[in-house]
Amino acid sequence: MFDFGIKFALTLTQIAAVMGIVLLTVAILTLLERKVLSWMQDRMGPMEVGPYGILQPVADGLKLFFKEDIIPAGANRMMFMMAPVLSLVPALIGFAVIPFGPNWTVDFFGVEFKPFAISDINIGILYILAFTSIGAYGIILGGWSSNSKYSLLGGLRSAAQLISYELNVGLSIVGVLLLTGSLSMVEITEAQSGGFWNWFFFALPFPQAIAFVVFIISAVAETNRVPFDLPEAESELVAGFFTEYSGMRFAFFFLAEYANMILVSCVASVLFFGGWQAPLPILQGSGSMVWLTGIMWFTLKVYAFLFFFFWIRATLPRLRYDQLMRFGWKVLLPIAIGNIVVTSIFAYMFPGS
Amino acid sequence: MDSLIFFYFAGIILVTATLVVALRNPIYSALSLLVMFFHVAGLYVTLHAEFLAAIQIIVYAGAILVLYLFVVMLLNVKREERIHRQSLVAVLLGATLLTEAALLVFQSKGPVFPDATSSGSAGEVTGNTESIGQVLYSTYLFPFEVASLILLVAMVGAVILSKKGLLDQKS
Repeated sequence: MFDFGIKFALTLTQIAAVMGIVLLTVAILTLLERKVLSWMQDRMGPMEVGPYGILQPVADGLKLFFKEDIIPAGANRMMFMMAPVLSLVPALIGFAVIPFGPNWTVDFFGVEFKPFAISDINIGILYILAFTSIGAYGIILGGWSSNSKYSLLGGLRSAAQLISYELNVGLSIVGVLLLTGSLSMVEITEAQSGGFWNWFFFALPFPQAIAFVVFIISAVAETNRVPFDLPEAESELVAGFFTEYSGMRFAFFFLAEYANMILVSCVASVLFFGGWQAPLPILQGSGSMVWLTGIMWFTLKVYAFLFFFFWIRATLPRLRYDQLMRFGWKVLLPIAIGNIVVTSIFAYMFPGS
Repeated sequence: MDSLIFFYFAGIILVTATLVVALRNPIYSALSLLVMFFHVAGLYVTLHAEFLAAIQIIVYAGAILVLYLFVVMLLNVKREERIHRQSLVAVLLGATLLTEAALLVFQSKGPVFPDATSSGSAGEVTGNTESIGQVLYSTYLFPFEVASLILLVAMVGAVILSKKGLLDQKS
């Protein structure tokens, strides 16, 4: 019973740490996104709050926190209040299976635990897919319960978009799973150890570069970011499914979008770029240094993907709805399925390489 | 402890399954179905079938039910007519299924559900996902292929139904 208590406390600490870091990253991202966009458009970005505007997230947070919480007339109150939670929880829950560092087991008062992954379950990647697909409910219900045509249209668009692109995400990672022979995020990371030529983006027998392109396009679509932000297209739908939301409930949707971005970046770096592994063995260090360099490389990769998200937001125009659907079903889906076929042939012909 | 967890899941499944047909608002029905899917997935986890649990949520909760909600919202059904012409067929079907279930429960000798530990022992060694894959592609290969054929037929049917209007317009 004592062991169970310690284990429980340790897991709670891990969850609190991961949640804290994720929410802190969200705060950093809100500033970083505005700054990166501004620099790309030859502007300064937020400069007023603090030196170079670095306290802008705090100001934004306080503003959202003190805003009046408005529930529109004719809205379905219960669903309206539940939808932001339903959208935020699945976004945060996925971080439970992400390995942030080496797969070490630490002995803590007779209880063994893994400090760098909250849990290593044998269906890790399926778990993430399952909960990202649940995130759609928050958006659909938020759109429906607002009793507004803009919101409803945004919600419905998002439902169609999420279902279409979820399939592509699921199929594009099958190649990686075939080469690893496991669904556990920890084992997928370990299979890519020993340098960047072992990362699945480059690895023989069949580099998963095409699968990665499909994955990252579908991931952008799943997180409702530009150029796939049809559910919240400002120029046509005001703000889409969260038109009627204000204050903290709006903040929840906002947090969910950014948490999803971070989650997708984590998954991309674990599946295709070796997670916490350094590109060259010499850069990994040795002994007890490994966890420090591991976390450093992981953070670096995740931030590189997040920068990519901002970059395409500044570059690409929004797709039209029929273009989005045609692209998902007629271009990405066949490529993803073709990648599975080719990868399985190569994995069969060159086993264990 | 194990039976406590089982009865929690089973109880919630029963309650939410009843609510699906009892609630007046179709959106609420769909949501109680969502809660039910999660608890069925929980039951799978207690039986060490994590793969099935994840697939249950991805396929049913993540895809099929979202489509249901999509249709319900698009049609904007506020209050659904509950008693209509289907009720006679429903009563007949329900009575048949109920009789079958009762017969199964009363005729079986041992426990209705085999012990999880004895039947799942093969899965413990290699892992649930691997054993499902091996069984699907060896012992049950033929039913598996037949199922995929049925899905293909359904896909072709859906394409033809949606293209019907287009063909009529052209001719």
